Amino acid sequence: MAYSEKVLEHFKNPRNVGTLNKSDKNVGTGLVGAPECGDVMRLQIEVDEATGLIRDAKFKTFGCGSAIASSSLATEWLKGKSLYEAAKIDNMDIVEELALPPVKIHCSVLAEDAIKAAIKDYQEKNGLVAALAETEAVTA
Amino acid sequence: MEKRRLIYLDNNSTTPCDPRVVDAMVPYFYEKHGNAASRSHQFGWEAEDAVDYAREQIAKLLNVEDKEMIFTSGATEGNNLAIKGVFEMYAKKGNHIITLETEHKAVLDTCKHLEKAGAEVTYLKVQEDGLVNLADLEAAIKPNTILLSIMWANNETGVIQPMKEIAQLCEKHGVLFHTDGTQAVGKIPTHPREIGIHLMSFTAHKMYGPKGVGALYVSRKNPRVKVTAQIDGGGHERGMRSGTLNVPGIVGFGQAAEIAMNEMAKDAERLSRLRDKLEHELSKMEETKVNGNVGSRMPHVSNISFKHVEGEGLMMTFNQNVAVSSGSACTSASLEPSYVLVAMGLGDDLAHSSIRFSLGRFTTEEEVDFAVKAVAEGVNHMRDLSPIWEMYKDGVDLTKIEWSAH
Repeated sequence: MAYSEKVLEHFKNPRNVGTLNKSDKNVGTGLVGAPECGDVMRLQIEVDEATGLIRDAKFKTFGCGSAIASSSLATEWLKGKSLYEAAKIDNMDIVEELALPPVKIHCSVLAEDAIKAAIKDYQEKNGLVAALAETEAVTA
Repeated sequence: MEKRRLIYLDNNSTTPCDPRVVDAMVPYFYEKHGNAASRSHQFGWEAEDAVDYAREQIAKLLNVEDKEMIFTSGATEGNNLAIKGVFEMYAKKGNHIITLETEHKAVLDTCKHLEKAGAEVTYLKVQEDGLVNLADLEAAIKPNTILLSIMWANNETGVIQPMKEIAQLCEKHGVLFHTDGTQAVGKIPTHPREIGIHLMSFTAHKMYGPKGVGALYVSRKNPRVKVTAQIDGGGHERGMRSGTLNVPGIVGFGQAAEIAMNEMAKDAERLSRLRDKLEHELSKMEETKVNGNVGSRMPHVSNISFKHVEGEGLMMTFNQNVAVSSGSACTSASLEPSYVLVAMGLGDDLAHSSIRFSLGRFTTEEEVDFAVKAVAEGVNHMRDLSPIWEMYKDGVDLTKIEWSAH
């Protein structure tokens, strides 16, 4: 099973590996997956209060090369986006960008789940119920 | 900077041919190309002689009669022939087969197939160390039990079952004992008659011989065992396995067996020392676990779980230089983690984190040192990326988290 160049690149040089302070009001944390499944992703976003845009994103992943590449790519894409734009990121965009084979598509689904979980966490923390409904509508 | 060859530590998957094996085979591709069943000319007689000689070489390795060897295309075919062949031949005696959850798919899938044909199969659980519990085994034997199939050494963990004790139970209850000897033959002494094993399947490509050829040992005396042929067409191999013999393959197999007989003890000693070194060094890292009974194990195998790190990802950090296998779901076509490790009660997360190192005749100490360094660096790199490693270090009890499994 050969990995695509892009997956290898993200694996060798993962972007934005790290941890944000989850108790910070501006940070949304998404923790998805399970150790028994062999896939756990923690994706965090830091939102700029003034502009409402994501100014930083960090990830850590327990999983295979494709899972790591998917979450690394997600953090790259999240920076500079609004929450609404971020919620529109679809797993198939990740599949296409990384040329993931069918057997690895579930890694991209988990990354999309992680993004949405991080957004939801931020919105819940900040009492943004209306915005939460809007971004959830995007998902539906 | 010296050019580094890719280091191969996956000998349980397959082995390279010993050059002496290939040298022995070559004439049988060219000038000595005859069909061993051709009775009427030199080509046939030469081929037949070569096959007979190989049969003797292999019989010597097992310390049995050459007539007790049936040539097959490999261990998978041997397992099929033994289990289906006994089931059909001894149908009047019963229909119950006992095996272990940790057997190779060649045994498990064959049993599943026979269940559809009316067989009753008991898949026994194993202990945490991979060994079968003898009391459980005896309790599972019934009046209609005709066959017990338990592998000599496990392919994933290297664990060796208590063969003598199992054979004694079979003797006591009048049950035939088949073993899948694939991972043991040619590497440790495997003398079925001395132990009390009635059928044994094995293959050339796990013992530095070519792929595509194997054998099934079938006891001819005390007791005389027969199997119903699964492949018909000409009655070769005493009517138990038809088809033109793979003469070059068999010649290579014979040569591999002779080399193994002469060099087995020396190889085992050297490899167990290297394996112990590798295991000892890697176990120095935090949160590692060696899987399987280390007191009853093949000398060249080490199965280690590196907690909080996923196996496929870990292999990716060093697979440009070192070749190994993992029990992770990501490496299997079915996306299920290693059923062997799960059957041992390991837990899926430890199965996902496991790596199997299987050293071989051509493994050098230098390669082991390099592999240790590459793996350790890989583990550290992956732990830096791992959220569950971070949580573990922060003292979080991972068993208490509610994961959003999907």
